[in-house]
Amino acid sequence: MNALETRQLTLSYGEKNIIESLDLTIPRGKITVFIGSNGCGKSTLLRSLARLLKPKEGAILLDGSSIAKCSTKEVAKRLSILPQGPTAPEGLTVFQLVKQGRYPYQNWLQQWSEEDEKMVNKALEATQLSELAHRPVDSLSGGQRQRAWIAMTLAQGTETILLDEPTTYLDMSHQIEILDLLDELNQTEQRTIIMVLHDLNLACRYAHHIIAVHDQTVYAEGPPEEVMTEELVRTVFDMDCQITLDPLYDTPMCIPYSKNRLANIPRKKAEVI
Amino acid sequence: MRNYHALRTKKDLLSLHLHNKTLWVSVIFAFLTVIVAVISLGMGEMNIHPIDVVKVFLGMGSEQHALIVQQFRLPRIVIAILVGASLAAAGSIMQGIVRNPLAAPDILGISGGASVAAVAFLLWFETSSITWLPPIAFLGATLATLLLYVVAWKKGVTPFRLVLIGVGIKIAASAIVTVLIMFSPFMLQNKAVLWLTGSIYGVDWSDVIMILPWSAGLILLAGLLGRRVNIQHLGDDIAVSVGSRLQIDRFLLLIICAALTGTAVSVGGEISFVALLAPHIAKQIIGPSFGGVLVVSTFIGSIIMLVADLIGRVAFAPVDVPVGVFTSAVGAPFFIYLLYKNRNR
Amino acid sequence: MRALLPNSFSKISGIFIILLFMAYLAYASLIFGVIDTSWQNAVEAYTNYNGTNEHIIIKEVRVPRVLNAIAVGFSLGIAGTLLQSLTRNPVADSELFGLNAGAALFVVIAITFFGISSLTLFTWIAFAGSAIAGIIVYILGSFGREGLSPVKLTLAGAAITAFAASMRHGMLVINEKALDEVLFWLSGSVGGRNVDYLISVLPYMLLAWIAAFLLARPIQTLLMGEDVAKGLGQRTMLVKIITGVVIVLLSGSAVAVAGPIGFVGLITPHLARYLVGNDTRWIMLYSGLLGSILLLAADLGARFIAMPAEVPIGVMTALIGIPFFIYVARKGLSKG
Repeated sequence: MNALETRQLTLSYGEKNIIESLDLTIPRGKITVFIGSNGCGKSTLLRSLARLLKPKEGAILLDGSSIAKCSTKEVAKRLSILPQGPTAPEGLTVFQLVKQGRYPYQNWLQQWSEEDEKMVNKALEATQLSELAHRPVDSLSGGQRQRAWIAMTLAQGTETILLDEPTTYLDMSHQIEILDLLDELNQTEQRTIIMVLHDLNLACRYAHHIIAVHDQTVYAEGPPEEVMTEELVRTVFDMDCQITLDPLYDTPMCIPYSKNRLANIPRKKAEVI
Repeated sequence: MRNYHALRTKKDLLSLHLHNKTLWVSVIFAFLTVIVAVISLGMGEMNIHPIDVVKVFLGMGSEQHALIVQQFRLPRIVIAILVGASLAAAGSIMQGIVRNPLAAPDILGISGGASVAAVAFLLWFETSSITWLPPIAFLGATLATLLLYVVAWKKGVTPFRLVLIGVGIKIAASAIVTVLIMFSPFMLQNKAVLWLTGSIYGVDWSDVIMILPWSAGLILLAGLLGRRVNIQHLGDDIAVSVGSRLQIDRFLLLIICAALTGTAVSVGGEISFVALLAPHIAKQIIGPSFGGVLVVSTFIGSIIMLVADLIGRVAFAPVDVPVGVFTSAVGAPFFIYLLYKNRNR
Repeated sequence: MRALLPNSFSKISGIFIILLFMAYLAYASLIFGVIDTSWQNAVEAYTNYNGTNEHIIIKEVRVPRVLNAIAVGFSLGIAGTLLQSLTRNPVADSELFGLNAGAALFVVIAITFFGISSLTLFTWIAFAGSAIAGIIVYILGSFGREGLSPVKLTLAGAAITAFAASMRHGMLVINEKALDEVLFWLSGSVGGRNVDYLISVLPYMLLAWIAAFLLARPIQTLLMGEDVAKGLGQRTMLVKIITGVVIVLLSGSAVAVAGPIGFVGLITPHLARYLVGNDTRWIMLYSGLLGSILLLAADLGARFIAMPAEVPIGVMTALIGIPFFIYVARKGLSKG
């Protein structure tokens, strides 16, 4: 069964449609990555999957039933999203932040059950933040901060986690750190991870399933090896490139051409063009 | 390291999570509030030693002292505490919702709405019972809040629009108050001006009885809703993601904020900056978690009001300078400091 | 957005229509009021003065009033355009930024502590007060990496206003006598002051008007962003400082003539932009003329709403201006 599906989904900002009548299925227990050029609507699509944005038409199905019809707390127990560039109030500690992930399980009387405590500690361990639990979030490094936010979504204990560009503003080593963490969560706990990434090569390395968004709809989807073609990059990103294999992992790798440097390509390689 | 203390009944029917530091900080500030109150009770036209003040409460003081302390000074002190606490609670809520450390009910026009209602009431129903003032001020504050909310609504309410439109409403409110004062007789003009500055001159036990249930009840309610404020701290997307009914909660909290503001305005007029100051100081001490901020800031708000009122009573005696003058004198520079501190947000 | 008047011909024609309308309002303002008079009377007051009540009213009250409204409105309209450009903020206004509250506080201080009671002195003290408040708000609003932001400016303005208002009220409580003297002044009016005030500040106004139009081009460049303007070789700091000085001159002399009047400078630049598009020179001219019209109309309204009492014109403009402000805050800020 699929984790998330859309039926005839149309999304818009004002009059302008961003996504039009889209039918999409996202596999359970896999890492799915949305790619596409700036402003193609991939973030919008992700936000709508997490009910942060109401669709203009159509429906989004979570485990087969429409999320618009479920109570928001019920959805929150099954699906969490980490938006782009979240900010924590000044002085909030990691522990206080992660604790908030338990919101859907609490009520007026029950504000800190044993289950809550267990889940929060587990989330802190999974993200290796137990040591830093009582440090303010704003005193952490970019990578640690992002881990803290991921810990919050983990504490929410959902099977599906959506992340909007979780690696933006991070340097290369922190990007890998975050993606490794997500990869591990997927492998050890079979969580469904759905995210937007800008870096095509990292997307190919970590994703099981890639969805390329272009021109108000899905241009192509499937495993990276099948989806990532020179043709796709030309259409979706309006860029010429060569697809080779990642020397380490044999996943597809996209090497773009530069306009004025064609002459500098050694002859042997130039023949390929 | 044990920073927290969990309270649970069997099977987790009731469970609470308490921050140890918040607990002892609250106790200290509660104690400080009492000390300041006792000192203030002793000062005035006739100075009474704090120990004699304590004696009065233990039933061992002289009759004269008892009369001055209990009949003349105590009501005013209790009002200062209640008004300070209500304003601080209103400010804590507002800062939580608006996610801007500079937002406060007096800056966003909610106090202004209360003032318009109150001044209009004083102008047109001068003879009727003054006990109607709190509900009227509360009504004005609520209407201003509703207006703020409706006008700022555009597929939901964002902190950004709340701030700008709130300031607009505040200015409109003061324009209306100006007109009302122009049309009122001279005696009332003075009263209205006093009102606009914020003063707790001449309150008595009936005022205390009038606002006590409101203040206490609303602060308690705010405490119960603490979780919902905390989640709003993290931004709209996160709040929706973890299953909060964001717009409903935000609306509910704004109404409680308005009610607390109206309660304070009904006896004290527009006392500025307490609602801004108190939650900030609380946050500096115990961090931004709402439950703790609410408790600690109510004590701090009370202390600010007690001190400002004491200075107003004593420093320029026999003239009773409105308490709002001193809260502004301290609050405005602090606000400027906050603007500077948050310059990169 | 396309301008309503796209070419020079239509823009010039527009000016004539506005002037006609202004003339009509001026005429109405001369004739109607607590005592209605006639055009004939108004002409005779100058050609064949006979000292009747009506002639006195026309010469001493109505004509100064019309002239004040036109000059003050023109200044406020231009000042608003400059202020919105300088702060890159569509909701910039002298009332919002605490300039008026600063002026009022200074006047009350002058009365309470220095026993000053001359109206002429008030005006210059008010001038200083609004300049100081303006500088403080501008500095506060431009703290930080991203520089001036509408929210920061508005909050700084609100704080300064609240502070000044509390201090002012506190002093008025202590000094009840000052209350009466100052209350009328505080609310702003183009009436009740004879034409001498206008004449005494007119040179400054004229200077500022000319300077404003000379600034139009550099400001147009500055509007593309400070870094861009610097890149084009503009000395942006100098342009900003001069603009600031011109704003203070304009709003200060307006305060000197008519007391604190808010929101004219908020509304008219938007209307002007709607009419003529993005050319700063045209915006300024239109904004100024529309300012005169707005003030003439507000003054007429102020006379009739609570006849025979007069609603302060500052209150009138605030009540017209707030809904407009809210409209702009809702609509216009999403762009930047």
